[in-house]
Amino acid sequence: MKKISTPYLLLLPGFAFLFTFFVFPILSLAQVSTATPISGGDVGEFEQTLRFRNYLEAFLESREHFGRSLVYALLATFIALMISYPLAYALAFKSGKYKNVLLVLVVAPFFTSFLLRTVAWKQILGEEGFVVPPLRTLGLISESTTLTSTAGAVIIGMAYNFLPFMTLPLYASIDRIDPRTLEASGDLYANGFTTFRKVTLPLSMPGVVAGTLLTFIPAAGDYVNAELLGGPNNTMIGNVIQSRFLIPDYPTTSALSFMLMAAILIIVIVYIRKAGTDEVV
Amino acid sequence: MSSIAKEVIVSRRPLGSSLSRWFGKNLIRIYMALAFTYLFIPVAYTFVFSFNDSGKSNITWQGFTFDKWLNPCGAPRVCEALGNSIKIGLLATIFSTILGTLIAFAIGRYAFRGRSASNLLIFLPMATPEIVLGASILSLFLVLQVNPGFWPTVIAHVVFCVSFVVVTVKARIASLDPRLEQAAMDLYANEFQTFRRVTLPLVAPGIAAAALLAFSLSFDDFIITNFNSGTVTTFPKFIYGAAARGIPAQANVIASAVFFLALALVIIGQVVSRKRKVY
Repeated sequence: MKKISTPYLLLLPGFAFLFTFFVFPILSLAQVSTATPISGGDVGEFEQTLRFRNYLEAFLESREHFGRSLVYALLATFIALMISYPLAYALAFKSGKYKNVLLVLVVAPFFTSFLLRTVAWKQILGEEGFVVPPLRTLGLISESTTLTSTAGAVIIGMAYNFLPFMTLPLYASIDRIDPRTLEASGDLYANGFTTFRKVTLPLSMPGVVAGTLLTFIPAAGDYVNAELLGGPNNTMIGNVIQSRFLIPDYPTTSALSFMLMAAILIIVIVYIRKAGTDEVV
Repeated sequence: MSSIAKEVIVSRRPLGSSLSRWFGKNLIRIYMALAFTYLFIPVAYTFVFSFNDSGKSNITWQGFTFDKWLNPCGAPRVCEALGNSIKIGLLATIFSTILGTLIAFAIGRYAFRGRSASNLLIFLPMATPEIVLGASILSLFLVLQVNPGFWPTVIAHVVFCVSFVVVTVKARIASLDPRLEQAAMDLYANEFQTFRRVTLPLVAPGIAAAALLAFSLSFDDFIITNFNSGTVTTFPKFIYGAAARGIPAQANVIASAVFFLALALVIIGQVVSRKRKVY
């Protein structure tokens, strides 16, 4: 009944599109990354010179930003996991008939514009917000201490903004766990903690892997949180790529983009191997 | 007598045990309350400040007014930006839902050579940081000498929406009971009839969910849009541009209205799907 050609025909339009507008642009990015400006040419004109030093120079210039991006993204992912896991667990097992209502409430904040929510955090934590002045009056923070323009604000902002990418996969995999396996563990005299460590956590691992990846990847390339909530000492690799792009310095932009993508892919592959699951999405 | 016995047992517990017991029992509820507070603080803040009687910048509270809600297009260019976001979002949703659904059927329904490579090609755009995606697509348009603007933005949005559509629809296809289609075939439905009458209605909720996801991803996207839209202003771009000068309260009005609209849509969807169980 089913012809061999059917799946390929179904794939054709989508893959033709993805090859033209995803694979090809990535390849052209690779091509630009080793180019140099044409001497005497216009701004933004480059020629291919296979100059691989572009990579080395770009890396040495912005290695601090690379390091910061990875550290911030890892911390934001960890915080998001710490917030989301109990939340997803409670949604799956403890919310009873309110399950669907609570699930909608978890996603609902993300119906408001991402930028507006980040600006809201900036204003809430800012000098004229309702957090800093009372803390000053009570003497809990000094006159010179600020809550915005700090690494903490950037990390908290990223953890907040990418939270649904963590909560939803976690919920999906925890909700699939048969509650009888937890009962069985209890019947075999495991206490709550042992049951969690030996039964719940391993069974929810696909969700943990998917959630951490879907949070870490956008966080590592983000520049909006660093720009709105951070100070000059908190700029990430995304900020560098963005500002280089505007100059325009396409070779450096491309080289940095490529290194960022390579770093993320390596982390992802190692992580999936370690976590021992192929079920990424 | 028995009450005395109870008293003895109770008094044997350490002091403050009832408090800690209450705490232990309600820990998860307390935790959820805290988590939801954290989630909703910026949303509530945005909503409250949509009633601020503010001038250009909307940072300090100036007094309560309904004016901004009565005149949401009062701030220059805010409704133009909203209109662009809706148009781009709808077009990106239509294209990505069609392309993504076809791919999902191919991968979800057939075993063929290159299937795992196809899965990889779907995963890669999701594993690429937005800033790389945005910059690379723009570099292609620059090579082709196409100016950034409305259609380049639509195309760029389709690129990152397709993968999310495929993943969502594929999950729905995987959860289908193959016996339903076999039953249709047994009742002499041909392949096309089976697809139209059985498979498609069963997969439809997944396609609808994927379309909603695609629209919300496109509507809220900033980084990729910023690279590819040139002079076209979308709603997130408007907010970003205004952030330095001060965001007009009308932006809060529109964002709050979108929030309530989306919430209403989701609740209606849930009620409808509960009324007619499609499984």
